[in-house]
Amino acid sequence: MTSFFDRSVAPFILVILALAAAVPALNLALPPEQPFHVPTYLVALWGKYACYALLALSIDLIWGYCGILSLGHGAFFALGGYAMGMYLMRQIGARGVYANPVLPDFMVFLNWDHLPFYWWGFNSFAYAAVMVLLVPGLLAFVFGWFAFRSRVTGVYLSIITQALTFALMLGFFRNNFGFGGNNGLTDFKDILGFNVQAAGTRDALFAVSCVVLASALAMCRAIVTSKFGKVLVAIRDAESRARFLGYRVESYKLLVFTLSACMAGVAGALYVPQVGIINPSEFAPANSIEEVIWVAVGGRGTLTGAILGAVVVNYGKTYFTSGALAPYWLFVLGGLFVGVTLLLPRGIVGTIRHLWASRRKPETPDPDPEPVGAPAPAE
Amino acid sequence: MEGRETSALLYLDGVSVSFDGFLALNELSLTIDAGEMRAIIGPNGAGKTTMMDVVTGKTRPQKGDVLFDGVHRLTELDESDIAELGIGRKFQKPTVFESHTVEDNLRLALKADRRARAALMWRESIDEATRIDRLFETIRLGALRSRLAGSLSHGQKQWLEIGMLLAQEPKLLLVDEPVAGMTDAETHQTAELLREINRTRTVMVVEHDMAFVRELGVKVTVLHEGTVIAEGSIDQVSENERVIEVYLGR
Repeated sequence: MTSFFDRSVAPFILVILALAAAVPALNLALPPEQPFHVPTYLVALWGKYACYALLALSIDLIWGYCGILSLGHGAFFALGGYAMGMYLMRQIGARGVYANPVLPDFMVFLNWDHLPFYWWGFNSFAYAAVMVLLVPGLLAFVFGWFAFRSRVTGVYLSIITQALTFALMLGFFRNNFGFGGNNGLTDFKDILGFNVQAAGTRDALFAVSCVVLASALAMCRAIVTSKFGKVLVAIRDAESRARFLGYRVESYKLLVFTLSACMAGVAGALYVPQVGIINPSEFAPANSIEEVIWVAVGGRGTLTGAILGAVVVNYGKTYFTSGALAPYWLFVLGGLFVGVTLLLPRGIVGTIRHLWASRRKPETPDPDPEPVGAPAPAE
Repeated sequence: MEGRETSALLYLDGVSVSFDGFLALNELSLTIDAGEMRAIIGPNGAGKTTMMDVVTGKTRPQKGDVLFDGVHRLTELDESDIAELGIGRKFQKPTVFESHTVEDNLRLALKADRRARAALMWRESIDEATRIDRLFETIRLGALRSRLAGSLSHGQKQWLEIGMLLAQEPKLLLVDEPVAGMTDAETHQTAELLREINRTRTVMVVEHDMAFVRELGVKVTVLHEGTVIAEGSIDQVSENERVIEVYLGR
């Protein structure tokens, strides 16, 4: 109903793409003493924000447009992260502490003598990349199949998504689960043959994260402006009306939920090489709740708001947790959620759009001031 | 049609629904012929809404048979299947998609492929635009087409919802209390709108407002405690002693 590349997201996409080009250039081309030089640690930090933004976008797609409040989206993020982490572990090869060419260190430590079957294939990047999409997507599909078919909605759905991520966290904490227990996967060396610590690799990962984020934003925009997206909003506003119109609500929900989980998985996969570790704490329910707060702060149902919210809140988190204020971060986060809910229920972007729309309204009065709304009388 | 079990468009036979031991419908039998308009009246708790729930697939009866068009056994289908067969339902409380424009509300209701893939690939067609314009002529909300449905008045929402029902091109419209909360003028206009719709479609109206039912001037079925106690013209049923006892005379 609107063009693919329209006004509301185009400037955002251009800014993200410009950052994808400019930040690595300023990091590599300028010497460190130059004022415009971007230090490598900042590139990695901003790359992390880009991954969070992608995760927030995936939450906004289902929450903002279809009313599915997932309080366990961190699970899909973490699963994508683990799939990438497994590839990175296999790349370490014989350079590990125990110098085993096949088994990661933690398996040698646990006296395992062979690779579990679910680790097979992860030495291939292509295979890992497929798993990044497939594992979160499949879990979301199976979970959604049961939940949406049984018409679990609202707070009950939120609670079971929370239970899902909690159960996964407990599982991944166990050593015999085969994913490194509470230490998780870390000490990565190479990705596609490049040193993960090198400035050039960090720049490339940042650029890739930005390009993926921009493409995901364009894709989400195309989805929400299509008739499919209008049906999603219809389901959000009046699910039974949509059902009595003949829409199979569960298949719409299942499709968008699975897609959103795949997006979260990709975000996790881009995140892991940039932060250098994935462990079960990524499944913690508190993480998933925090992610929902990003979207609420930025403005649900706006797409760009989710991205903005993720960056703003995480910038705040970095700022607060790296100084004397560190012990108060959780209070700030909690206060932010309460404050946004009470004072800014539309979030940052939602409020700006609302003000913009109400300012422009007086200029375009109702074209037809005649009394309207009477049905046609029978002749 | 071959293999029809009944000539009626809608046929309910011995339908019983109980909620935790409370019999909402008790051996309810009812037939509605194609092209008919029927008013269903009855005191609160008579089972009117439950009957609509059974017909539209929201509630499954414990006993009995519901046939649509003589061949479709509605008790085995769900809401979306039944909607696709051609049964449209208007809720008691006007239910429209508040954050969509009036036009998009109609567009989403237009009879079309309801599958997710079709919705993803959808492109506006001239045919659809003409159908929407025709609907606006009927419900007279054309000037409000780009307004958000949430900003409409109560009566306008009722008409929009009726318009959405028409957009589905159903064979049978179930209309639950269409004039609740309407002014006298709006009530009168709604009666005309329903009569207009009835020229091409079968309509079943559940209503409390006796003046409105009288104005419709159609056959009336009186429900009480989940079963039919009288049927006929409004004058006939208002003289029925049992009806007076349970409903009118109190």
